[in-house]
Amino acid sequence: MEMFDDGWGLSLIVFLPLAGAGLILLLPKAQEGLIKLVGLAFALLSFAASVVAILRFDFGAAEQFQFGTDLSWISAIGSRYHIGIDGISLPLLVLSTLMTVLAIVYSLNHWPEPHNPKAFLVLLLLLATGMNGTFVALDLVLFFIFFELVLLPMYFMIGIWGDRAKIRLPGFRREVETRLYASIKFFLFTLFGSAFMLLGFLALYFKSDPHTFDMVALAEAGQMGLFDGTFGAWVFAALFIGFAVKVPMWPLHTWLPDAHTAAPTVGSVLLAAILLKLGSYGFIRISLPILPQQAQDWAPIIAVLAVIAIIYGALACLAQTDLKRLIAFSSVGHMGFVMLGISTLTDVGINAAVIGMVAHGIITGMLFFLAGSMQHRYHTRDMARLGGNMKTLPIIGGLMAFTAMASLGLPGLAGFWGEFMALLASFNPLDGLSLVVFRTAMVVGAVGTVLTAGYMLWMLQKVNLGEPSEEWAGKDLHDADKFELAAWVPLVLGIVAIGVYPKIVFGATNDAVTELVRRAFGG
Amino acid sequence: MFDYHALAPELIIGIALLATIVADLVLPDRLKYLVGVTALLGLVAAAVPLLTLAFCGDISGCTDTGTRTLFGGSYVVDDFALVLKGLFIVSGVLSLLLSVGYLESDDYYQGEFYFLLLASVTGALIMASSRDLLTMFVGLELVSAPAFLLAGWRKGDLRSNEASLKFFLTGVLSVAVMLMGMSLVYGLTGQLTFEGIASAASVSGVGDSPAFVLGVVFILVGFAFKVSAVPFHFWAPDTYQGAPTPVAAYLSVGSKAAGVVGLLALCYQAFSTVPEIWGPLLWVLAVASMTVGNLIALRQTNIVRLLGYSSIAQGGFILVPFAMAASYDTVGLSDAFFASVTYVLIYAFMNLGAFAVVIAVAAKTESGEIEDWGGLNRYAPGLAALLGLFFFSLAGIPPLAGWFAKFVMFRAVIGVFESPWAVALAVIAAVNAVIALVYYAKVVKTVYMDAVPVTVPVDRATQTPVPRPLALAIGVTAAMVVIVGFFPQVLGLFGEISERLVAGP
Repeated sequence: MEMFDDGWGLSLIVFLPLAGAGLILLLPKAQEGLIKLVGLAFALLSFAASVVAILRFDFGAAEQFQFGTDLSWISAIGSRYHIGIDGISLPLLVLSTLMTVLAIVYSLNHWPEPHNPKAFLVLLLLLATGMNGTFVALDLVLFFIFFELVLLPMYFMIGIWGDRAKIRLPGFRREVETRLYASIKFFLFTLFGSAFMLLGFLALYFKSDPHTFDMVALAEAGQMGLFDGTFGAWVFAALFIGFAVKVPMWPLHTWLPDAHTAAPTVGSVLLAAILLKLGSYGFIRISLPILPQQAQDWAPIIAVLAVIAIIYGALACLAQTDLKRLIAFSSVGHMGFVMLGISTLTDVGINAAVIGMVAHGIITGMLFFLAGSMQHRYHTRDMARLGGNMKTLPIIGGLMAFTAMASLGLPGLAGFWGEFMALLASFNPLDGLSLVVFRTAMVVGAVGTVLTAGYMLWMLQKVNLGEPSEEWAGKDLHDADKFELAAWVPLVLGIVAIGVYPKIVFGATNDAVTELVRRAFGG
Repeated sequence: MFDYHALAPELIIGIALLATIVADLVLPDRLKYLVGVTALLGLVAAAVPLLTLAFCGDISGCTDTGTRTLFGGSYVVDDFALVLKGLFIVSGVLSLLLSVGYLESDDYYQGEFYFLLLASVTGALIMASSRDLLTMFVGLELVSAPAFLLAGWRKGDLRSNEASLKFFLTGVLSVAVMLMGMSLVYGLTGQLTFEGIASAASVSGVGDSPAFVLGVVFILVGFAFKVSAVPFHFWAPDTYQGAPTPVAAYLSVGSKAAGVVGLLALCYQAFSTVPEIWGPLLWVLAVASMTVGNLIALRQTNIVRLLGYSSIAQGGFILVPFAMAASYDTVGLSDAFFASVTYVLIYAFMNLGAFAVVIAVAAKTESGEIEDWGGLNRYAPGLAALLGLFFFSLAGIPPLAGWFAKFVMFRAVIGVFESPWAVALAVIAAVNAVIALVYYAKVVKTVYMDAVPVTVPVDRATQTPVPRPLALAIGVTAAMVVIVGFFPQVLGLFGEISERLVAGP
């Protein structure tokens, strides 16, 4: 266990999936059963290691980086293999390992066309390494590598296993398949953002003295005021582009509805549950501590963009006919609440952001699972045709109703805390921030929660209620099978548990967030 | 006593290239493959003294460690030269591996091919060591002249003839311009060695005289042709497409790297005292090459032309670290130098790998048009995966080696973030990195996500084996791309070398 605490534990969590991917590559393609077993086993091992991390985590010192190690990696450019987790990264890391397991469990019985479990699992495990790695990296270059590592697998997942429906793009004569358009759009948007993010990282490196990519050292330097002024403004802008595309913040969100809609079910789930969090995590872990002064200058702008995203996401949802697209736009709104929480720069707001991230991860992940399963049965995502789902598929319909309630922020379920506390925090943001802007944001955000409830109920009414359409009569539509239930029950339990007892998350985050705010903003 | 040890790599290749001619003459037809083997062995043998020179200190009986100076300072074997000689020999070996199968399946087999390739590699080795204008010029000519012939290898093919002629004419033109520049520089400074020029140019009245500036610009323009920097690039795509594909691979890597080496040696040594002349010029060349190369590459439908324009854009990325040299301090200069050398090394592996896969796939699909490659992963999953590997590495996506090349390139520029020119250059390079992804990903998309076109002879394609030498070349380059991607420290050695080099003169 000594070794576990000295960096081996986190390294295992990050690299076990990669080892699994390597092992699967060596297996013959025909051995599907074995391939699935290996994939599941390595994801489970990684998850088990993260559970050990919870058990051994010292919650009394959640503001400190634990299980860390700091080894030489690329000394030619001054980058080190520096990893560690604190109370902010721990819940996200566990969320990531858990969702990977559930995604594989769900996949065991639902292979999107063109099948090929070997390639699919290799990509999924590679994705898991990228996601887990981002949450443990404490070196900017390492962070960048993991942050980028998720691009390739997700690009291929959307592009190969994605939706084959044809769409006509404005300005083009030929029709293209949705998956092709969505995959490259996702890739280009994110790469565009991360190219600027990298420039920002390099600028920080050269400004620091001695030159370092170490986040902890940079945060100390930033809190001494080293990066203030025009320099900091440029760097914050560069990082902002990188993270805001990933979150995604309005108006950089346009890749998201396409990517979510086109991706295969598991891809959508991981995209919503984890990939979006990489952006907001970047804000909390990098932008705020390293550039505190600039964060205060930018906070009102972020708040305004966040509430625009909330309202815009809600209105866009009301205009959708496609179930998955609706859930995708709801993500824009929910991430708006997360960003609103971050922009207040208070401990309440950032706590709200982290619990909002976790809640959105499990709730929206669940919604995408359900939408995928419905598409699997009805072969359509058109909500007008899905009506009466409650009668045809009672279990899935019931879970849908439950999860939609969680998503609209019903008190007692997980979605409530993030929204409520983000609004609470924006009533009383960090001293010095414009009260007018933030209180207006709070009011508009509150209207947004009403709209959110509106579209979620509207969706439920269209999909679940009413009489089933004639076209499904006599079709053998089986309800949730055991693989689906195995993937969903943990999420349902999580939604209830966090809703009733949010200390599951706050217990880890609170000290870390308070310390972060105290150091960066003196609040 | 003359230091034969220092000159051993060149001597060994010299002997090997004569041996290939003799072997081709005396061997009966069924043993002709031994000609290629001779050339290959010659190159591998030349790598041995390279290693003993590099690790001289660790070998008993090896004296005179460190930098070796020959011919009165005109020819220097230092760490920088050794690294690049290693690169040239490796890219020569890989190009040979690419050629063997290709030549044998072709109607144009002739043993002289190996002779010419080895001669060109020898020229590149000489360039890496040359420290005066004349030696550099001779080396450069030795690189180019055999390449003119290689480009026109498919005599019956009009495209190949065009390729050769275009290459020859632009090559001669660029050399004429370069010689004009060299004579101006020599006339004003009275020096041929780089050290002499550097100290003479620092005297006021020489380094800032219009004629000297003109001379420097002419020399750089000559090299700009060699590295196919925009606006001196127009020969490259036509030549790449017309030449046999292995030759295109060699031109885009070996020949381009030789040009970059020339630029490195000239800029950081001969003209090290006047960076304000060449810095802005290379800024413009870098920006133009990246942007124009990428934008035109977007429209390409032929894979080799696409790689041609991509190599123009990559050349732009290689030039980026040069551009801000006027504002660098010593540390910054060594970072910039390190960035260019690292970029060239990584680029060599990934581009040769990309060409190797392209040769293998084109042999299967019997077409170089990208759309004919649709659905390649259905009938050749291994090649499809490798194609994705190399193309995404060229695009600079982590964790493949290309990211490190792009990273050190950005690092060299952002080091002077106070300068708006540096920031502008970094932003332009960043946007270009994104544009480049569009066309690299387009090829991967075709291969993985499109349907197999009816015209493709799938049955025959599955039976076409990948020639073993080609498979070996692909394996070596793929391994390098993955290893360097995950653990770039293996290249860190060159960081120390560049520090010593820039501190030297």
